[in-house]
Amino acid sequence: MTPELGHFALILALMAALLQGLLPLIGAQRISSYSAQWIALARPAAQTHFLLLVFAFACLAQSFLTNDFSVAYVAQNSNTKLPAMYQFAAVWGGHEGSLLLWVLMLSGWGAAVSLASRQLPEAMVARVLAVLGLVSIGMLAFILFTSNPFERLLPALAEGRDLNPLLQDPGLVFHPPMLYMGYVGFSVAFAFAIAALISGRLDAAWARWSRPWTTAAWVFLTIGIAMGSWWAYNELGWGGWWFWDPVENASFMPWLAGTALIHSLAITEKRGAFKNWTVLLAIAAFSLSLLGTFLVRSGVLTSVHAFASDPSRGVFILILLAVVIGSSLTLFAWRAPKVGVGGAFALVSRETMLLINNVLLVVAAGSVLLGTLYPLLIDALGLGKLSVGPPYFNTVFVPVMVPLLLLIAVGPLARWKHADLRDMARRLRVSFILALLAGAIFPHLMGIWTPMTALGSLLAVWIASSTVFQIAERLKIGGGNASASFWGMHLAHFGIAVFVIGVTLVGGYQEEKDVRMQTGATVSVGGYQLRLLDIGAAPGPNYHADVGTFELSRNGHVLKTLYPEKRHYFSSQMPMTEAAIDTGFTRDIYVSLGEPLDNQGAWSVRVYFKPFIDWIWGGCLLMAAGGFLALLDRRYRLRVKAAVTLPGSVSA
Amino acid sequence: MKPRHKRITLILCGLASLAVAAVFVLRALDSNIALYVTPSDVFAGKSPQGKAFRMGGLVKKESIQREGMTTRFIITDTAKEISVSYTGILPDLFRDGKGAIVQGRLEQDGQFVASEVLAKHDENYMPPEAKHAIEQAQKK
Repeated sequence: MTPELGHFALILALMAALLQGLLPLIGAQRISSYSAQWIALARPAAQTHFLLLVFAFACLAQSFLTNDFSVAYVAQNSNTKLPAMYQFAAVWGGHEGSLLLWVLMLSGWGAAVSLASRQLPEAMVARVLAVLGLVSIGMLAFILFTSNPFERLLPALAEGRDLNPLLQDPGLVFHPPMLYMGYVGFSVAFAFAIAALISGRLDAAWARWSRPWTTAAWVFLTIGIAMGSWWAYNELGWGGWWFWDPVENASFMPWLAGTALIHSLAITEKRGAFKNWTVLLAIAAFSLSLLGTFLVRSGVLTSVHAFASDPSRGVFILILLAVVIGSSLTLFAWRAPKVGVGGAFALVSRETMLLINNVLLVVAAGSVLLGTLYPLLIDALGLGKLSVGPPYFNTVFVPVMVPLLLLIAVGPLARWKHADLRDMARRLRVSFILALLAGAIFPHLMGIWTPMTALGSLLAVWIASSTVFQIAERLKIGGGNASASFWGMHLAHFGIAVFVIGVTLVGGYQEEKDVRMQTGATVSVGGYQLRLLDIGAAPGPNYHADVGTFELSRNGHVLKTLYPEKRHYFSSQMPMTEAAIDTGFTRDIYVSLGEPLDNQGAWSVRVYFKPFIDWIWGGCLLMAAGGFLALLDRRYRLRVKAAVTLPGSVSA
Repeated sequence: MKPRHKRITLILCGLASLAVAAVFVLRALDSNIALYVTPSDVFAGKSPQGKAFRMGGLVKKESIQREGMTTRFIITDTAKEISVSYTGILPDLFRDGKGAIVQGRLEQDGQFVASEVLAKHDENYMPPEAKHAIEQAQKK
C-alpha cells in the first residue's frame, strides 16, 4: 500500500508543480482579472509541492526500511542484511531514487524561497517560483514516465540484490544529498535570472536578491564535491583525491560557473554593471547542473560512476536540457538588448579584476567541458572511440588557474571604478617578498625543489599573507563594523591558499608503493615503517573480510596499528578494498590490501605516504565556511523598498 | 581613455586571452587523447604506433598468471587475443571472463604493457568499450 501512496503523491506533486509553474507566471503578466489570486497561488503551491514530495520520499524510505522487495527499486538496491543506515541511504543509491532526491531538493529550494521572500515584490516571487515549478514539471514527468521508483515487482523477491558495496560507506549517506543540494540550488539563481528577464527588471536589487541563494547553493556544492573527493580517496582504494573522471567533471563545471556567478553578482549588485553577463552565467550554471545530471544518469560515459543504466532515459534528459537551455537563451536574446550597460569603470579597477576572474573561470569550465564531451562527440560522429585523460586536464587547468590565484591577492585591494595601482603595489609589497621566499625556500625544507612545488608554495603564501594583511588593515581602522561578507570573502580566499598547499605538497612529495608482503615483512614510506603482523579472516554483517594488521612506526617508536580490509559481500560476490588510513595534520599514511599472491601467505599491498592531503578538504571546508559567513550578511535581510534606485536600474 | 576605447581594449584583451587559451587547450587535447582499439584492430595494424592507447575486451578465462607483483593475462574480443602484462595492484573487479580496459603501449614483441587497468564497479556492467570490441569482432 505504501508504495502506491508514494506513487500517488508523486502524481499529485506533478499537479502542484503544474499549478506552481503556470498560473503565477500568467498572473504576473497582469493580463487577467484573476491576476492577484494567481500570483498569490505561487507560495502555497510551492509548499504543497514540497510536502507531497517529502511524503513520496518518506514512502520510498519506508519501503526500504521494511524490506519491501515487491518494489522493484528496493529489490535492486537493498537487502535484509544491509545495516539500517545504508538501507535509508540506499533510497538514493540508484537511478530512480536519486532522481526523486533531485526533485525533492528542487521543491525544497522552492519552498525555502516561498518562506524567505517576504521582502520581495509579489510578482517577482510568483515568477521565480513559477520557473522552479516548470523545471520540476520536467523532472517529475521524467520520473513518472521513465523511472518510477515505486514500480512493483511481482512476484516479490524473497531477498534483495543488495546495495552496490562501493556505496556502503558513510560517505554515501552525505555526499549525494550535499551535491544535489548544490546542483539543484543553482536552479534558484536560474529562476531569479529568468524572472528578471521576463519582467525586464534586471537591476542591482535583483542581484542582491539572488546573491544569497547562489552563495547557499555554492556552499552545498563545495561541500558536496569535497566529500565526494574524500569518499573516493577512502573508498576506491586508489589513494587519489581527484581523477578528472567525467562524473567529477560534471559536478566541477557547475562549481566553476557558480564561482564566476558569485563574483559577477558582486559587480552587478554594487555597480549595476555586467548584467547580461551575470544572467548568462546564471543560465550557464544551472544548464551545466542539468548537463551533469544527464551525463551521470544516461550512462553515456565510461566512468567509475557509470553503473548499468538505460540510454533511453538519457534522451529524455537531453530533450529537457535542450528545452531549458534553448528557451532561456531565446528569452535572453529577446530581452538582453533592452538592458542598460551600467556604471563606467577604469581599466584598473575592481570591476576589471572581477571580469578577469570571470573570464578565467569560464575558460576553465569550457576546457573541462571540452575534455569531457570530446570523446562523446567523436563517438557520436563515428570517428572512433577515445578517452581524454588526466594529463589533458592538468596541462590545461594549471595555466588557467595560476593567473586566477595570483589575482586573488590583488582583486580585493582594488577599489570600485578606479583603483590606484601604486597604492595596491605598496600594500602588496610584503606579501610579494614572503611569497618569493616561500617559493625559493619551502620546497627545500620538504625535500627537493621543483618548479611546481615552488610555484604552489609561492601562490599559497601570496594569497594567505595578502588575506591576512588585508584583515589586519581593516582591524586597524576599526574591524568591528566589517560586514559578514568581508569576513566570508577573506575566509574563502584563505581556504584556497590552504587548498593550494595541500594540492602542491601531495603532488610533489607523495610516495606510492605497490609491494609483495609476507607476515613479518616491513616496508618504509616517507620516513615511516609499516610491518605486516598478520592477515586473518573476520566476519561482517553482510560480508566476510580478510583483515590485515599493520604496525606503523617511526624511528623505532610504534605509533599505531592499522587494519585494512578486503571484503567479500555475500549477495554480489564483489570484493571491496577498505583502506586503513592514519590521518595526521601534516600527512596521511594509507595502507590497502591487494590480493593474495601465492600459497605462502604473501599479499600484494599498497602503501602511500600523502603529505598534507587533508589540507585539500580542509581548504574546501574553509571556502564553504566563508560562503556561509557571507550568507549571514545583514544587508540580505533588510527590507528592500519598492523603488530601489541603484546604478543602472532599467525598466522594460 | 574614452569609454569606447576602453571597451575595445577590454574586448581585445579578452579575445587575445581566449585565443591563447584555445591554443593551449587544443595542443593539450591533441597530445593527451588515448584511442580505444579492439584486439582485432591491433592485428589489423590499426593501433597507434609508439603511442599509448586503450584496448577493451574480455579477460580470457584461466589466462591470469602472477609472478610477484606482475600479472600477465590475455585480452580478447572473442576473435583475436593479445597478451598483456601489468605490474601493480589490479582493481577489485578485475576477474577471469569479465570485461576490462587496459591502457598502455604495444611492445615490439606484440606484448601489450599496461600502465593502467580499468574494471568497472558493478558486476553486471560491461564497460561500453569492451562490449563494443566484442560486438565488432562478432560482426565479422
